[in-house]
Amino acid sequence: MSADRIGPSLAAAERLQPTLNAFVQLFDAEKARNASSGSGPLVGTPVALKDNLCLSWGKTTCASNMLRHYESPYTATAVQKLLDAGAAVIGKTNLDEFAMGSSCENSCFGPTFNPWDTTRVPGGSSGGSAAAVAAGIVPLALGSDTGGSVRQPASHCGIVGVKPTYGRVSRYGLVAYASSLDQIGTLTPTVGEAAAALSVICGHDPLDTTSSREPVPDLVSALEQPVEGLRLAVPRQARNQANHPEVARVFEETIAEYRRLGATIVDVELPLLDHGIAAYYIVAPAEASSNLARFDGIRYGHRAALGPGEDLFDLYCKSRSEGFGPEVQRRIMLGTHVLSSGYYDAYYNTALKVRRRMKQDFDRIFADCQAVLMPASPSPAFKVGEKTSDPLAMYLEDVYTVTINLAGLPAMSIPAGFASVEGKQLPVGVQLVSPAFDEARMLRIARMFERATPWHTRRPA
Amino acid sequence: MSNESLSPEYVRKVAKLSRLALSDEQVAKYGSQMSAVLGYMERLRELDLRDVEPMANVGGTTNRLDPDEPGKMLPNAALMKIAPETMPPFVKVPKVLGEGGGA
Repeated sequence: MSADRIGPSLAAAERLQPTLNAFVQLFDAEKARNASSGSGPLVGTPVALKDNLCLSWGKTTCASNMLRHYESPYTATAVQKLLDAGAAVIGKTNLDEFAMGSSCENSCFGPTFNPWDTTRVPGGSSGGSAAAVAAGIVPLALGSDTGGSVRQPASHCGIVGVKPTYGRVSRYGLVAYASSLDQIGTLTPTVGEAAAALSVICGHDPLDTTSSREPVPDLVSALEQPVEGLRLAVPRQARNQANHPEVARVFEETIAEYRRLGATIVDVELPLLDHGIAAYYIVAPAEASSNLARFDGIRYGHRAALGPGEDLFDLYCKSRSEGFGPEVQRRIMLGTHVLSSGYYDAYYNTALKVRRRMKQDFDRIFADCQAVLMPASPSPAFKVGEKTSDPLAMYLEDVYTVTINLAGLPAMSIPAGFASVEGKQLPVGVQLVSPAFDEARMLRIARMFERATPWHTRRPA
Repeated sequence: MSNESLSPEYVRKVAKLSRLALSDEQVAKYGSQMSAVLGYMERLRELDLRDVEPMANVGGTTNRLDPDEPGKMLPNAALMKIAPETMPPFVKVPKVLGEGGGA
């Protein structure tokens, strides 16, 4: 029998909690072991779950006062698949409230800190999951990615973050933010661990009507096989952006490394890259305003106390105003505005047209190339508090990631180097984007780079 | 679309549609932040989108119907447990009909 990994993982989580605040809840080792099937490909693997994934024990808070005491009566399909494969859930990780944010600061439990530099954010919204993996607490955490929420924190924390194709992983039990964009993804130290986890969680689920029936190929066994004749697209717009100079350097070095590995680098145009943020922050809040209408203080979640003379309408408004934090309120209002009569065509419908054009641009590139290479984020991890007062500056963090969700494509962030910033070494990731349902080849392309470089072996002190 | 900042009256109207009760301070703050974000979205107007069909979902799937058979349901007791105020098997709510019913 192999050595117990659950106990040490929980001990590390507890030890690092005051420094990182990566978890919002930890379970005891016995509960974690008992809830696991005890056999399967992930047997004995301690895992952490972003706290917007439902679990039928403990709490599922979404880092929101709205759900602070909410106990889900059921377990998400992706989580159940991990349990069935022998994994043990040690705890739930911190996030931006309802997955809305790029820094893991919009949490009713306070921010999570980056293990590489605790004055900086881990990225978001799956910041707790990324920090827990980067700090070596767990070898696998689940996150969710609506506009980059797995890939950007993976980049900022120096680990591998995969957002599968839209529909590849069941969203049943993932608390909805923007349903046409949401996808559960993995955060792991290496590509191989990502492939193993994705093999378990991908696949059709009758409980999610958008879940794909596309068969899931073997993601693990072909991993070491390099992609012959690889043609890698590099969008001109990804080089001309106002990238942080260290991100630009790491990106160019990554391109050079792939060239050295035999890939042909193809310069391409992604003309709408700069319009992605605008389209995304119409579509996502629109869907959020609709999805979050369910939190009304009636059936579950926070219910405000009513004063004399106050009625049902006041109950809705007070419960929601007390329960939701500022960023969630802002996005609900933005969404309500862009969907309101008179503005629907100017905003929402326009964004949906841009969305189709973006998809077509990627289709055109994939007719000639197997993957697109671009930065995961324009800058390394920023300081805690640096962008909290300016929502637009925070949104611009997502410039390289949101377009992928609008197009529904699989993408992943892989460790590609380090930025030297104010005397600190901060991890920098690059992003690979593949045609829909082509995760197997995307992972192989990532593995080619990983095998040739040392970046994934570095861990924070 | 417009570059003008949103008026406090308009922000209050959107807040009401969003079922949010905002303080004057929040109205001012959210109003200016939303105006900045909406101003940024102006760049979508540069694009010629005349012949493009809107795409709401990448899957392109149409409605999928399940067979009309009873499935596994959450028991009423599980739902009573998470409701804020109950009178099992019901959830208690303030008066729904008449003024302020929120309909």
